Amino acid sequence: MDMKREYYEDIQLLSSPVVIFWFVVLIVSLYLFPLFVDNYYVYVANYIAINIIVATGLNLLVGYTGQISLGHAGFFAIGAYGTIILMAKAGVPFLLALPCAALVAAGFGFLLGLPALRLEGPYLAIATLGFGLTITQIIGRMEIFGGREGLHAPDIIIGSWVLDTDKEFYFLLITLTILLLLFMRNLIKTRVGRAFIAIRDADIAAQTMGVNIVYYKTLAFAVSAFYAGMAGGLYAFVLKFIEPEIFTLMMSIMFLAMVVVGGLGSMMGSIAGAALLCWLDLKLRNILDIPYIGDWLETLSQNWFSITGVSNIQFIVFGSIMVLIMLFEPLGLYGVWIRTKKYWRTWPF
Amino acid sequence: MTALLEVKNIETYYDLVYAIRGASFAVEEGSITAILGNNGAGKSTILKTIMALIKDQPEKGVIEFDGVPIQNRDTDEIVRKGIAYVPEGREIFEELTVHEHLLMGAYLRKDTPGVKQDIEKVFAYFPVLKQRTHQWAGTLSGGEQQMLAIGRALMLRPRLMILDEPSLGLSPILVKEIFAIIREINLTGTTILLVEQNANMALSISGTGLILENGRFVMKGNSTDLLEDKDVKEFYLGIKSETSAKGYQRWKRKKAWR
Repeated sequence: MDMKREYYEDIQLLSSPVVIFWFVVLIVSLYLFPLFVDNYYVYVANYIAINIIVATGLNLLVGYTGQISLGHAGFFAIGAYGTIILMAKAGVPFLLALPCAALVAAGFGFLLGLPALRLEGPYLAIATLGFGLTITQIIGRMEIFGGREGLHAPDIIIGSWVLDTDKEFYFLLITLTILLLLFMRNLIKTRVGRAFIAIRDADIAAQTMGVNIVYYKTLAFAVSAFYAGMAGGLYAFVLKFIEPEIFTLMMSIMFLAMVVVGGLGSMMGSIAGAALLCWLDLKLRNILDIPYIGDWLETLSQNWFSITGVSNIQFIVFGSIMVLIMLFEPLGLYGVWIRTKKYWRTWPF
Repeated sequence: MTALLEVKNIETYYDLVYAIRGASFAVEEGSITAILGNNGAGKSTILKTIMALIKDQPEKGVIEFDGVPIQNRDTDEIVRKGIAYVPEGREIFEELTVHEHLLMGAYLRKDTPGVKQDIEKVFAYFPVLKQRTHQWAGTLSGGEQQMLAIGRALMLRPRLMILDEPSLGLSPILVKEIFAIIREINLTGTTILLVEQNANMALSISGTGLILENGRFVMKGNSTDLLEDKDVKEFYLGIKSETSAKGYQRWKRKKAWR
């Protein structure tokens, strides 16, 4: 393995020409890919990109700062509703409404961060859970949020460009995703990121380095909520329609699952975890369409796992995959990645 | 010499436990001061009180650093004044590399070239760490972690360095090494306050020794005098003077200290 001798080598994003080459290839192919595929796959890509943003933000909180949140669907909802309302009721352009709504989410994140100063682990989980549940209840009952009927997303217009198809929206989304990911990586690899990790690993020692714990814990919540808010605002335009029932507890738990399955404290892991779980979620809905196995799985689930006769095999497969990943690779997908890398570096040994 | 740190009659509660019962002492600029005592005497509590790591404590009393009261402040504010603290049991950041630790230690400093210089200085004190520069601190051995914790504290360029049991869990030879380095650090002008179980070692490098029992200081003096003291010898250095058949003497002496 090559030794890194300088600190700046270690934090560099692109360390060698080979890496630069593949990075460029990745970016270019991300931009070109919708030109060659079906609309459905663009929709899938949008869905995944949005979850990647949330997972990255949540990873800052859970993986790097050692806090926990079961309320991220709440921030997600604030971002979604905030963006649409700012656009529809106040006529704010999309590119301004989105960060504004995300900032509102960040404000709520800051408020939720305050109890986090005194709570830890399971206690904090329950406190944040309460927040997530409350937000959907409040939104569902207020006139301005459209109540249970929900809200329709207006068209996005940037300059003279009207983004009314999934493909057009994809270009905007992927640009924002890349920017947000780069920002997060920068944040984590510098002084602020080190302070987060220091708090997670030994908070007393972090304090005695001069880190203000109050500031950093609430900051982690705010930044994480900002990411969730951004993602929520974007998600509203993927669905074109939002209602309170979308932002359930299940959603918060799925966000957390993405971070954990991907690998705590690793950005690569969050990306992989979000992509895998979203893809599985969408794919397994069609599991019964697989030839031969499909019929068999349907009979199996109808006869053995279900009392109502409705097939529920997708949930069972989904759950089993998650259990298996955690069982065999506690570090998550990031662990798999590290091992593969080591294998090739030291090959043929 | 003037007192850099002056603790005046502090009382600290741990929830409902009355841990420090009116303790006063001063640490002179440029000196090494050692606080000795049994388990549960309140040694670490005193240090934590100084660093404001116990919420809303001390209940009573004044702590002055360089003539300015620092009690009831936030920890990071106290650190900013130039007090570095090496916590008991090392408390390293497992998933930061050695290099990142040292940068973390210099968290409050803005002068990049000075920080770089000081990193080299720490590596000069602890050559082992240099070989581990890009290794996660969680993978270091106990001794290396202790060195890292001291190095990290040095990065602040502190005026006063507070060490809580630097010998905890280390082999005798490593203890010797660490104490030699503590002395070296002191010679470059950093004042040192340390808490120790290993009384012999602590008294051999310190100028002043304080003995704490049940939240009160029962003895103060030059370390050399303390090393010769009959009671200290018996209770802290493990050198018995004479054993009475019924063990009365020990009880009587302890009693007389309170």
